[in-house]
Amino acid sequence: MAQRTLACTACHGKEGRATSDGYYPRIAGKPAGYLYHQLLNFRDGRRHYGLMTQMVDLLSDDYLREIAEHYASIELPYPPPQPAAAPPAVLQRGQQLVQQGDTQRQLPACVQCHGGAMTGVAPNVPGLLGLPRDYLIAQLGAWKNGLRRAHAPDCMAQIANRMRDEDVVAVAGWLAAQAPPVPAKPAAAMPTLTGDAKAISCGSAPETGAAR
Amino acid sequence: MKRALQLLLALVALGVVLTGLTWWLNVRDEPDTSRTSASGTPITPQLIVRGAYLARAGNCAACHTARGGTPYAGGPGIPTPFGTVYGSNLTPDPQHGIGAWTSTEFWRALHNGRSRDGRLLYPAFPYTSFTQVSREDSDALFAYLKSLPPAAEPSRPHELRWPYGLQASLAVWRALYFRPGTFEAEPQQAAEWNRGAYLVRGLGHCSACHTARNPLGASDASVDLAGGLIPMQNWYAPSLASPAEAGVADWPHADVVALLKSGVSSRGTVTGPMAEVVARSTQHMSQEDLGAIATYLQSLPQAKPEPRAVERPLPTVAARGAKIYEQQCAQCHGDKGEGASGAYPPLAGNRAVTMASTANLIQIVLNGGFAPATPGNPRPYSMPPFVLTLNDNDIAAVLTHLRSSWGNQAAPVTELEVNRLRATTQR
Repeated sequence: MAQRTLACTACHGKEGRATSDGYYPRIAGKPAGYLYHQLLNFRDGRRHYGLMTQMVDLLSDDYLREIAEHYASIELPYPPPQPAAAPPAVLQRGQQLVQQGDTQRQLPACVQCHGGAMTGVAPNVPGLLGLPRDYLIAQLGAWKNGLRRAHAPDCMAQIANRMRDEDVVAVAGWLAAQAPPVPAKPAAAMPTLTGDAKAISCGSAPETGAAR
Repeated sequence: MKRALQLLLALVALGVVLTGLTWWLNVRDEPDTSRTSASGTPITPQLIVRGAYLARAGNCAACHTARGGTPYAGGPGIPTPFGTVYGSNLTPDPQHGIGAWTSTEFWRALHNGRSRDGRLLYPAFPYTSFTQVSREDSDALFAYLKSLPPAAEPSRPHELRWPYGLQASLAVWRALYFRPGTFEAEPQQAAEWNRGAYLVRGLGHCSACHTARNPLGASDASVDLAGGLIPMQNWYAPSLASPAEAGVADWPHADVVALLKSGVSSRGTVTGPMAEVVARSTQHMSQEDLGAIATYLQSLPQAKPEPRAVERPLPTVAARGAKIYEQQCAQCHGDKGEGASGAYPPLAGNRAVTMASTANLIQIVLNGGFAPATPGNPRPYSMPPFVLTLNDNDIAAVLTHLRSSWGNQAAPVTELEVNRLRATTQR
């Protein structure tokens, strides 16, 4: 598979290990279901990036799943994160949103669904560490303006829309500066959801929230 | 004064005659749509199945289904040099689709390029080819489309620049370039050949890409399938009538069929817009129909390659190209451009590398891609995109290297050619 999918490495790095100093996200070791859904989303117009869409346009569901499983199975250490560039107050706000959320604005903590260690939950919820800050900002922004979509109900669109622009910057800035744990494998099962997360239901990850 | 009046009268008379002629050229050979009686074929389950097959053979969904959208409920914008056109909603919704249409009105759209409400249709809808489709096949397509779930999605209006958006302009265009036709089988040819000709010239609308268009977007039938640059997409649809491009006269028949069925054959791999045609259309066609198409394409008269003096690359460019080739390409395509059987095409002696148009070569290096996934090639290999890692100069040098090595003798590629295509690539 590595040989068949060499095209992916042009942007996502050797073995899909793109580091957080560029724009493109690392795909190595991400949960297989998540990667598969993203390939479908690009192919079927729920995510927009010309090069990606063109790449997967004429590939079958079966083959896309195989590609997803290939990259999901790659276990590689993460390089150290980029140093945090934001002021301490912003980073603190980011950490607070990630770990506790904001009940006033019905924002569940990221760790509720993405795992206590933020390494994602197999098979469908992606980890949040080891990604470029600009990529994280672009994704939350794309959800806010409807450019990035997932299968309905689109939980991340709902959450991103409750975030203010400064929340997006704070969360992305803090996440991009955290070192992933060793090993950084996705958690095997979803933690018990509490608070605002209980009301969340995700079409791409039926094991989350209210859909359970 | 009297002379001026005479001249004016003469001009008015000429205008009336030309208008009348244009009108007549636009309505000739039109069926009588006021008769709603049983002029069409009775709808049966078999007819619907046949229509579904024909809709794929004609790749109707390419223009009438948006990415991730409801099948046949209207397509993505199709950029043309005259503006953007949108494939309409073909589902049987009575208001937005063809729910209120009769089979004769559908036939008139296909055969004469006129919509139910009398509007002339833009030839981005290739009725210049579809006019050769038989009434029986038109009825089958209609039966299939009528069997789909109706989708109440309005068709998007075209966005054409003045004066292309005017019906009068279109009437003049049609008077100049469109004549309703009927496919006439050639009795001295075998039934298989005639079937292939019918599919290639009619529903397959191969000439929409493989025949060059004039500045007004019309194809010159006298250079049938002799290759053309696809406007806006900037891929070159190579000549099917040239051994130096994509002529298949000397291919084994089975290889032509395999290429259309699976996207790969021992003689070549489809890329770009043709990969899309295989994925969405030809892979779904029967072995018999693909065989017929192959037979017809193999019979096309082949142009004699003109011997031409080829400019040699500058030594500095050649050295630079060879170095980039070694670093970026040789791993898959081999030290001598020999390729790897079943995975990577050879570059030595490959017509896609040496043909005069360099558009496709540049597109492939810029954007990379996979061959289409088909039952015959379910896990295709891929080519990485180099749009982010190689600059125009690098790409020109490495392509120049390919075109002048291992026995290949083709002209160098310039930085300007690469730059033009990079600028039009959407990301």
